[in-house]
Amino acid sequence: MNTRLYSKFYKYVGQSFVKAILLLLAVSILSFTLVSLSPVDPIRSYVGEVGMANLNETNLAKLEAHFGLDTPPVERYWNWLTDFIQGDMGTSLIYRQPVADVISVKFMNSFLLMITAWTCSGIIGFILGTIAGLYRGRWIDKLIKGYSLLLASTPTFWLALIFLMVFSVELKIFPIGLSVPIGVAAAEVTVLDSLRHLILPALTLSAVGVANIALHTREKMIDVMEEDYVLFARARGESQLSIVKQHALRNIALPAMTLQFASLSEIFGGSILVEQVFSYPGLGQAAVSAGLDGDIPLLLGIAVISAALVFTGNLIANILYGVIDPRIRRGSVHG
Amino acid sequence: MTCLDHKHILQIDNLSVSFTQYERGLRQIDLKVIHNLNVSVHEGELVAVVGASGSGKSLLAHSILGILPPNCNASGNIIFDGELLDAARIRQLRGKEIVLVPQSVSYLDPLQKVGLQVRKGRNDKHIRRKQEELFSLYDLPEDTGGLYPFELSGGMTRRVLLSEAMMGNPRLIIADEPTPGLHLEAAQNAMSHFRQFADQGQGVLLITHDIDLALKVADRIAVFYAGTTVEEALVTDFQSIDTLRHPYTKALWRALPQNGFHPFPGNQPYVKDMPKGCPFGPRCHQFTPECEEDIPEHIIRCGTVRCIHAE
Amino acid sequence: MDDTLVTSPLQISKRKRLNQRSKTIIYLVLGLTFLLLIAVAGTLLSHAAITTNFMQKNLLPSLQYPFGTDWLGRDMLARTLRGLSISIVIGLFASFISAMIAAILGTAAATLGKTVDEVITWLVDLVMGIPHLLLLILISFALGKGTFGVIVAVAISHWPALTRVIRAEILQLKETNYVKIAGKMGRGKLEIAVKHMVPHVFPQFLVGLILLFPHAILHEAALTFLGFGLPPEQPGIGIILSESMRYLSLGMWWLAVFPGLALLITVLLFDLAGGSLRKLIDPYSAQD
Repeated sequence: MNTRLYSKFYKYVGQSFVKAILLLLAVSILSFTLVSLSPVDPIRSYVGEVGMANLNETNLAKLEAHFGLDTPPVERYWNWLTDFIQGDMGTSLIYRQPVADVISVKFMNSFLLMITAWTCSGIIGFILGTIAGLYRGRWIDKLIKGYSLLLASTPTFWLALIFLMVFSVELKIFPIGLSVPIGVAAAEVTVLDSLRHLILPALTLSAVGVANIALHTREKMIDVMEEDYVLFARARGESQLSIVKQHALRNIALPAMTLQFASLSEIFGGSILVEQVFSYPGLGQAAVSAGLDGDIPLLLGIAVISAALVFTGNLIANILYGVIDPRIRRGSVHG
Repeated sequence: MTCLDHKHILQIDNLSVSFTQYERGLRQIDLKVIHNLNVSVHEGELVAVVGASGSGKSLLAHSILGILPPNCNASGNIIFDGELLDAARIRQLRGKEIVLVPQSVSYLDPLQKVGLQVRKGRNDKHIRRKQEELFSLYDLPEDTGGLYPFELSGGMTRRVLLSEAMMGNPRLIIADEPTPGLHLEAAQNAMSHFRQFADQGQGVLLITHDIDLALKVADRIAVFYAGTTVEEALVTDFQSIDTLRHPYTKALWRALPQNGFHPFPGNQPYVKDMPKGCPFGPRCHQFTPECEEDIPEHIIRCGTVRCIHAE
Repeated sequence: MDDTLVTSPLQISKRKRLNQRSKTIIYLVLGLTFLLLIAVAGTLLSHAAITTNFMQKNLLPSLQYPFGTDWLGRDMLARTLRGLSISIVIGLFASFISAMIAAILGTAAATLGKTVDEVITWLVDLVMGIPHLLLLILISFALGKGTFGVIVAVAISHWPALTRVIRAEILQLKETNYVKIAGKMGRGKLEIAVKHMVPHVFPQFLVGLILLFPHAILHEAALTFLGFGLPPEQPGIGIILSESMRYLSLGMWWLAVFPGLALLITVLLFDLAGGSLRKLIDPYSAQD
C-alpha cells in the first residue's frame, strides 16, 4: 500500500519539476523576444557613439556576425540557448567579461542580501501575523495591521532613501554606498566591512517584506480560527494556547510556507531598488545598468537566472507542501 | 415535564440569540435568530430538538457550549445539574461534563492524526489505553488512530467523533445532526450508542431535522419552529394526532409518510419578517387576532406548548 | 410574557462606532477627492513645477514654500503635485488596461474549455515567474525606454493576479446550484452570464481594479526612479526622488521626504479603499 502511495508522491514531485523547467524555457523565449524587439542597437552600445562614426564596413559586418545580427531570430535564440545550457551566457558589453562570471560575483552579493532579508521578513512577518490574527481587533492587532498596511504602501526606494538619510547622513552609523569601500582590494575587505554595508539594505528589504507576510499570515490565521475544527476544539474545552499549538500553527504553516517562497520574487524586485539606492553591487544593480546601457547578454542572463530562482522557490514550496500535507503525501485527491 | 419526577440535567429557559447585521444602507440591525426558547433534558432521557434544516438549531448547541460567533448576543438561563451557568462556568464544563458530537469531518483537524485528536493531544499511557478501548468498543479498526481525517469513511468519522465525546465522563451529550446522509436504519444504528448512554442515567440532547429518526430513538421531542420551541411532547404523544398540542406539530404529523404524507403549504418566516405574536400564525388554520399578542407557554398533559388554542 | 423573567447574559458583542460601510465610503470619498485635487492642481502647476528661481535656491520648507525649494530654486510643492498628477494619470491608465486584460483572460479561461484554461493559467505562471520589476525593465527596454515604454510596461504587466481572481470566481459561480438550474431550465448562455454571473463578478473586478492602481503607481515610480522612462521635464515622482539622491548627502532631506510621502499617502488611500470595499462584498466579513 505504501509503495503505491509514495510513487504517487514522486509523480507529483516529478510533475512539478517538469512544469518548472518548461516555464523556465518559456521565460527565456519571452525575455529573448523582448530584448530582440528593442530598438537599442547592441553595436552602438558596444562601441559607443564615437566608435560608431569611425566604424568601417568590414568591422561593422564583423561585429554584426559577433552579435549574431546576421542570423534569423529563431536561429539566434537556438544558438543562445545551446550556449547557455553549456554555461556560456555570452559576454557582457559593459563589464567586458563573460556574463556567467559577472552574474556569479553579483549573485553572491545579492544572495547574501536577499537571504538575510528573506529570513528576517519571513520569521518576523509570520510571528506578527500570527499574533495579529489571534488577537483580532485588539490594540496589538491594530498596531501590527497599521504598520503592515503603511509599509505595504511605502515605495521601497523611498524608504531606502529615508534610511540612508537617517542612519548614514545624519547619524553616520552606516556608510553611504558601495558594499566594498572604494580603493580597498576585494581580498582586504573584512567580514565586518561587508556586514556594515549589508545591514541597511537588508533592513530596508526586511521592513517592507515583513508587511506583506504579516498581512497574509494574519488573514490565514483569522480564517483558521473560524474553522469548524477550531470551534470543536473550543467546545471540547481546549485552551486557547492548546488550540494555537495543536491546530492553528499547524494549519497556517502550509500557506505561510507557500507565501514565504512566493515572496522570493518580491524580495528580488525590492533588491533591485535597494541596491540602486545603496550602491550595493548586486544582481539588481547590474540589471539596471544592463537595461540602461543596452547590455543585452547580461540583461538576458539576469532575467533567466532570476526566473530560475523564483521557480526553484516555487518547486521547493511544492515539494515541502507534499511532505508536510498528509493529503498529498498519502495521496488523496488533490488536497 | 412536570409530570416526571426525574431530576433535570439540563434546563434552558428563555434563550435568545441575535446577530448584528446590515440593513439597506448604513444601518445595522439586530436579527433575533433564537427567541424565548425553552427545552429541558432529564436524567436517563434522550430529547430530540426537531426543526427544518437551516433554521438555526445549531446555534442552540453552540450557545450551550459558549462557542457562538463573536458578533452575536445571547441571553437566557442555562441550568445544568441544578446550577445556573454563566459564560465562565460553561468554559469549565465544556468538553468534560457537557460534550458535543458535531456533524461532519470538517470538525476534525485535517492535519492531525485522529488518535491524537481524540486524546486532545495527550499521550499518557492511560489516556492512550482509554482511546484504544473506545475505538474497539465502537468497532473501529486498530490502526484508525494513525489515520488522518481524510482517510476515514463517513461511518468511521462518526464513530471517531463519538469516541472523542466519550473520552471524558460526560453527563450530557449534545449531538448536532450526527447522522447526515445516513439511511434511517444506519442512523438508528448510530443512535443506539446515544440511547445506551442515556439509559445509564445521563442525558442526550439530539438536534436533528429528521423527525422519523427522532420518533424512533427519543423519549421526548421538542419542536423547533422559526427560532423557538413551540411544543415539547412525549414520543408517545405522536401515536395519535389528538395527543399533540400545537397546530404546527399536528401539521408535521400529517406530513409523515405513515400518516398520509399530507404536504403542508408555506414556509417558515424569515427572521427579518417575523410575524407579531405566534410565529406560526400566518400559516395556522386556527389563527385568531389574539394570536398576534404574546403567547405564553402552557403545560398540557405533561408537555409544554406555545399556543393559545391548544387543548 | 416571559420577557419579564430575569435572564442572564451569556454573550455580549460590542458594536463598532464606525461600521464597515461608513468606513468604506469615507475612504472612497477621500481617495477620489484627493485624486481630483491633485489632478487639477497638477495641471495648473505644470509651469510652476519647472520654473527656476536662483534667488530662492535650496530653501528649507517654510510658509511660502511648504515643501521647500531645490537646487534650481524650483518650488517642491508644485513639483510634487505635478509629479503626482503625472504618476496618477499613468497609474489610472495602466490599471484600467491591466484590469481589462484580466477580465478578458479570466473569463476566457473559465468559460472556453480546458485547453484555453490551461494555456492562460500557464501564461499567468509564466509572467509571475519573472520578478515584476525585472519584467518592467525588460518591457521598457524592448520599447526603447522612454515615456511610452513605461506606460506600456506598467499597463501590460499587472493582469496576472486579477486574472486568477476572476477565473476562480467564475469557475465557482458555474458550480453553484442556481446557475446550474438556470442552465437546465434552458436559459441562454448570454442570459445566465448577464443575470447571474456579471452581478457577482463585477464587484470583484472593481475591487481588483482599485487595488491595481496602487501597484501600478508604485511600479511606475520605481521604474522612472531607476532611470527608465520619463524625461526630466516631466517630473514624475520617481524622477524627483532620483534627482534628490545627489543632494541627500548635503542634508537636503526635504527633497526626498515630501514627494515620497505624497506618493505614500496616495497609495495608502487607495489600498485602504480597495481593501475595505473587498471586505464589504465578502459576505463572511460583513459584520466586521
